[in-house]
Amino acid sequence: MKKRYLASALVLFAVGSLFVGVSSISPMDLLDLSEEQFHVLWNSRLPRLMSILLAGAGMSVCGLIMQQLSRNKFVSPTTAGTMDSARLGVLVSLMLFTSASPLVKMSIAFLFALLGTFIFMKILDRIKFKDVIFVPLVGLMFGNIISSITTFFAYERDLIQNMSAWMQGDFSLIVTGRYELMFLSIPFMIAAYIFANKFTIAGMGEDFAVSLGLKYRTVVNTGLILVAFVASSVLLTVGMIPFLGLIIPNIVSIYQGDNLKKNLPHTAMLGALFVLVCDILGRVIIYPYELPINLTVGVLGSGIFAWLLIRRRSREA
Amino acid sequence: MVSASNVVKFFGKKKVVQDVSIQVEKGKITSLIGPNGAGKSTLLSIVSRLITSDEGEVRIDELDVAKCRGSELAKKVSILKQANHMTLKLTVRELVSFGRFPYSQGKLTAEDERYVDEAIDYMQLTDLQHTYLDELSGGQKQRAFLAMVIAQDTEYILLDEPLNNLDMKHAVQMMKVLRRLVDELGKTVVIVIHDINFASCYSDNIIAMKNGRVIREGTVNDIIKPSVLKEIYDMDINIEDVNENKICVYYA
Repeated sequence: MKKRYLASALVLFAVGSLFVGVSSISPMDLLDLSEEQFHVLWNSRLPRLMSILLAGAGMSVCGLIMQQLSRNKFVSPTTAGTMDSARLGVLVSLMLFTSASPLVKMSIAFLFALLGTFIFMKILDRIKFKDVIFVPLVGLMFGNIISSITTFFAYERDLIQNMSAWMQGDFSLIVTGRYELMFLSIPFMIAAYIFANKFTIAGMGEDFAVSLGLKYRTVVNTGLILVAFVASSVLLTVGMIPFLGLIIPNIVSIYQGDNLKKNLPHTAMLGALFVLVCDILGRVIIYPYELPINLTVGVLGSGIFAWLLIRRRSREA
Repeated sequence: MVSASNVVKFFGKKKVVQDVSIQVEKGKITSLIGPNGAGKSTLLSIVSRLITSDEGEVRIDELDVAKCRGSELAKKVSILKQANHMTLKLTVRELVSFGRFPYSQGKLTAEDERYVDEAIDYMQLTDLQHTYLDELSGGQKQRAFLAMVIAQDTEYILLDEPLNNLDMKHAVQMMKVLRRLVDELGKTVVIVIHDINFASCYSDNIIAMKNGRVIREGTVNDIIKPSVLKEIYDMDINIEDVNENKICVYYA
C-alpha cells in the first residue's frame, strides 16, 4: 500500500463525510450556503470530522508506540489499562472538583493514565513468562481491576451516568467547543515522529538500546508520556474506542515491518481512515439514525483482530 | 585497552562475580571460557555497561564505563548478546543502519550510508539487504546482527556466545569473520565462548573463569594444556596437535 493511495482515500472520505447527515448539504450547495447549512457544516460536520481524524490517528499511534515499547503486538491503550486508568482519573477529578473544566479533567486523567501505564510496564518487567497472548491478558485484567474501582466509587457518588459517557466512544455529540482539547494531541504526535527512531531501537530490547548508546529508560518513559497524553485527550472528548490501537498498527506492521519512522505516517492515516469509514457506515446504515462508533469499530475491528490472531497462530504452527 | 579492576556483582545474595580484575589486549581476540555459571556473561555485560557492577570499576581507554555518557561509549564499544529473541520486523539494511545511530541519531549522512554498505558487503549480505529478519535463517540473522555491529564501527566488539544456534559451517564462518575484523580492521574482540576448540583455534588470549573468579589468563599456549584445563573444567582433556592447532579431545 502506497502512502499516496492512503492519503487520497483519506481526503476523499473526509470530504465525503461532510455531506453525510440528517440535514442535507450537497457539494453543490457550497457555492450558496444558507445560514443554517453553514452552521451545520462549520459547527457540527467539520468538528466531527476533525475529531474522527485525530482520534483515529491518535489511538493508532498510541497503540504502535506501546507495542514497540512493550515488545508485544497485542498491547494497546485498551489492553494495558491506559484507558481505564484515564477514566479513573476523570472520576477523581469529578469527585474532587464538582465542576472541573475540561482542561483540569484532562490533566488529572493524563496523570492517572500515565501512572496506570507505568504500573503495567512494571508488571511486565516482573513477569518471567512473556507469552504474546498472556501479556495482554494481564493488561486486560489490570484494566478491569481499575475499572471496577472506578465503578465502585461512581456508584457511591452517584456518578454512574456521568461516567458511562466516557465509556462509549461517540462522535455524534461533537460540536464546536467540545472537542478542541484534541488539538493538544497534535504536538505530541509530532513528537512521536521525532522520537520514532529511538522507539524502534527501544523495541529491539534494552541490550541493543544500551549498546547503541540510547538512554533506554528515558526513551520508554517519554513514550509512555506521549501515549498517556494522547489517549486521555481522546478519552475526554470522544470516549473509548476499542480495538483501534490494536489492529491498525498490526496491519501496518504486516505490510511494511516495524521501522517506526516509516510506519508512523501510515499508522496515523490508516487509523484515521478506518474510524472515518466506520463512522460514515454508522451514519448511513440505519439512516436517519446513527449506530454508535463502538459498534461499527467493534464489529469490523473484532473481525480483523480475530483474523490477525488466526494468521499468527497458523504462521507459528 | 579494556581493564576491569576488582569487579564484584551480586545477584540477590549470590556473588556471581567475585573480585575480578582483567586486562584485555588491544588488537587481539580474547576468549572468556569456563563452566556454566562461572560469571563469564555477567562479566561481559558489566564491561559493556549493560549491567552495573556492585564494586570495582571498568575502564575502556581511560574512560570510566560507569560514568561516561552512553552515547560516547557507543562509539567505542559495542556488545552483541544472544539476539534470537528479537522479534522486530526490520529489513537487514534497516537493522544495519541502526548501527550508525550513535553517530547520526537516525539521520543517515552519505558517510553513514557508506559504512552501512561496507558492513553489509563485509558480511556478504548484499543480496539479502532488503529481506526482513524473520525470513532469514539463524546463520544469516547472526551475520546481520554482526553487520550492524560492524557499521557501529567501534574499536571494541564484545560478543556473548556468538556461535549459539549456528551449525558447524556457520560457526567456522563466524569465527573467520571475527579473525578478519581483528587482522584486517584492527578491532579488539572479546567473546564468551563454550566450544573450547574454537577458542583454541581462533583466539589470541584466553581468560578462564570459574565460580565467579578468574582462575587463569594467558595466551592460547598457556591455557590449552591438560593440567590447566583440568583445573578449569574438572575433567581430563587430551590435547592433540592438528595442523598447528591445539585440539582438545574430551568426548570419550
